[in-house]
Amino acid sequence: MRLAAQVVDLTKFYDLGSVVVKALRGVSTDFPEGDFVAVMGSSGSGKSTLLNLLGALDRPTSGQYFLGGRDVSTLDDDELSAMRNDMIGFIFQSFNLIAQYSVLENIEVPLLYRAGYPPIGRAEREWCLELANMVGLGDRTDHRPFQLSGGQQQRVSIARALVNDPQIILADEPTGNLDSTTEAEIMDILHKLNEDGRTIIMVTHEPSIARQTKRQITMKDGLIENETLIKQSIPTR
Amino acid sequence: MTHIIRIVRLALKSLLLHKLRSGLTMLGIVFGVFSVIAMLAIGEGASAQAQRQVLELGATNVIVRSVKPPTEVVQSSSGSRVLSYGLLRSDYKILTNTIPTITKAVPIREVDREIRHLKESMNARVVGCTADYLEMNHLTLSQGRFLTNSDQENLLNVAVIANEVANILFKFEDPVGKSIRIGSMYYTVVGVTKDRTASAAIGGSLSGQDYNKDVYVPIKTLQAREGDLDIKTQAGSNTAEQIELHQITLRVNDKDAVLSTAEAIRETLEQTHPRTKDYAVVVPLELLKQAEQIRMIFNVVLGSIAAISLVVGGIGIMNIMLATVTERTREIGVRRALGARQSDIVEQFLTETIVLAGSGGLIGVVFGLLTPVTFLGIQWFVQNFVMEGNTAGSDVGRMFFDLQPQIAFWSLPVAFGISVTIGILSGIYPAISAAKLDPIEALRHE
Ligand SMILES: Nc1ncnc2c1ncn2[C@@H]1O[C@H](COP(=O)(O)OP(=O)(O)O)[C@@H](O)[C@H]1O
Ligand SMILES: [Mg+2]
Repeated sequence: MRLAAQVVDLTKFYDLGSVVVKALRGVSTDFPEGDFVAVMGSSGSGKSTLLNLLGALDRPTSGQYFLGGRDVSTLDDDELSAMRNDMIGFIFQSFNLIAQYSVLENIEVPLLYRAGYPPIGRAEREWCLELANMVGLGDRTDHRPFQLSGGQQQRVSIARALVNDPQIILADEPTGNLDSTTEAEIMDILHKLNEDGRTIIMVTHEPSIARQTKRQITMKDGLIENETLIKQSIPTR
Repeated sequence: MTHIIRIVRLALKSLLLHKLRSGLTMLGIVFGVFSVIAMLAIGEGASAQAQRQVLELGATNVIVRSVKPPTEVVQSSSGSRVLSYGLLRSDYKILTNTIPTITKAVPIREVDREIRHLKESMNARVVGCTADYLEMNHLTLSQGRFLTNSDQENLLNVAVIANEVANILFKFEDPVGKSIRIGSMYYTVVGVTKDRTASAAIGGSLSGQDYNKDVYVPIKTLQAREGDLDIKTQAGSNTAEQIELHQITLRVNDKDAVLSTAEAIRETLEQTHPRTKDYAVVVPLELLKQAEQIRMIFNVVLGSIAAISLVVGGIGIMNIMLATVTERTREIGVRRALGARQSDIVEQFLTETIVLAGSGGLIGVVFGLLTPVTFLGIQWFVQNFVMEGNTAGSDVGRMFFDLQPQIAFWSLPVAFGISVTIGILSGIYPAISAAKLDPIEALRHE
């Protein structure tokens, strides 16, 4: 079993002067390739903090985080950027598309920041189109975000998350802003991605969503309170 | 290269999202660049005009004019009713005989007379002068000949008339050979001069000369026929002035000798006119140097005013870019999450400001190229709504209406370069503050 990512005794403290908020107090877990994890827990338990660290948006106060064979906690800001670009796909609760860009251009954004700025050529364009087709937006590549429904915008952001073929996909309440039908559609796409072998780590409040994953991590006060394995068969590549 | 094209394209996309805002922001730079170019063009035009007029006076000439002394001085020094002052024929002789660097000299006497031909009449300036007058004042003949030395010696009643005089007095005939009456005497027209643009007005001593209503006669003839007394009727009372010469125009053999010759002329005249300074020495070469200095001052002052408007434009851009960064905090967070380095964010926002300022600069340059047309519009406006008829004819009025802005072509790339520089300067702070945002905070921004 190969690991996509691994965290070892991760802590994150926020020093607010008068108090120190201990958002994470020592979290350790492994994420095997092909894992599909739901991170649960009450508000303020540290879910988003953990996800931000996994997304290389921030460095831990202490502990280690291994991704792609490197310890992310030791990287500088530019290296973190490169890591996010290359290894991680983000799906946000509020979609976060760039307003002035079309669907296709939004999918292309991570290509703009690749190491060495290689030109975006025909092959890249076709790959973006393929992704747009995969999320069912092949006929809307010229639309701008405001012309799309919430579900459609989230599909664009899924396509965008995939464009650099990342090691892990991180989703912070990806269906939090969607109605239940759309939610099901998005979950279908995520399932399909996972079946193809992608590692997905998702924060959610909904037990019904969490039940669809392979593993649940429940956080409490900055610690993992409990891990439940739902599906035994974690596929290995 | 493809990278630059790409970031410029993306910058345009962002700017076009808010067309009105981008346009208004650009206006500051447009007007700044336009005013830099326009101000310099007007300054350049004015100095070229001054230079041209001074050069028409002749760079190797020295002009000595009679000047009416202040009245208090006159009343105390002379009890007679005839006011006698100015240059003397003896001055002319002394100057030409004692200063070797003077190659040519023209004594000039000017009187205003009514001139007639048959039924046509007009008021003209009758200029008594010698043969060299033609060349030294850059006049050319359209017909006939100019005055000659033998005209002088023989005291002939001959006259050369300016083109405008010919047009008024001789509507349908050839003036050469015909008679005109000047005052009470008849003269034969022997030549006609072509139109010439008026020369500079230089201080109080030499008013701008309009050569187009002149009649030239031999100075000796004029002296013999009219004497030195000039009686003018002004506001009901008569004044009599006795002036031998109104002006002596002297030509110096070498440009390098002009200033020293002028000094010698001043010293000589100080001795021959010990009591009152009833003359003025005008040195066009000195005026040229003054004009050069005035041009410098003009350029600095006008340039500074224009630069201020450019700075204001830059502040406008900075203001908008700071607002834009705040407004697009979330976008910045998203880009950072998707892999943008801080340098990518700096590059993005800096490119946007440079594109904004640069296109403003380009439009400003185009407007600047239209300065001559714009200035024509201003002249038209002033002529129709600001100036009365007589002020328009004054020296200042003529200077204004004759002014042709000259675009200094070096100012185009300079103004554009300044606008881009201002783009960089006003964009750098907003861009860096955008890049310094914490990605997590930025993503959480509403
Ligand atoms: N930037 C920050 N500064 C200070 N405290 C923070 C910051 N981010 C998160 N926290 C605190 O850390 C704790 C965990 O927050 P978070 O990870 O967002 O919880 P969850 O996503 O599970 O609701 C909370 O008490 C929160 O107030
Ligand atoms: Mg949260």
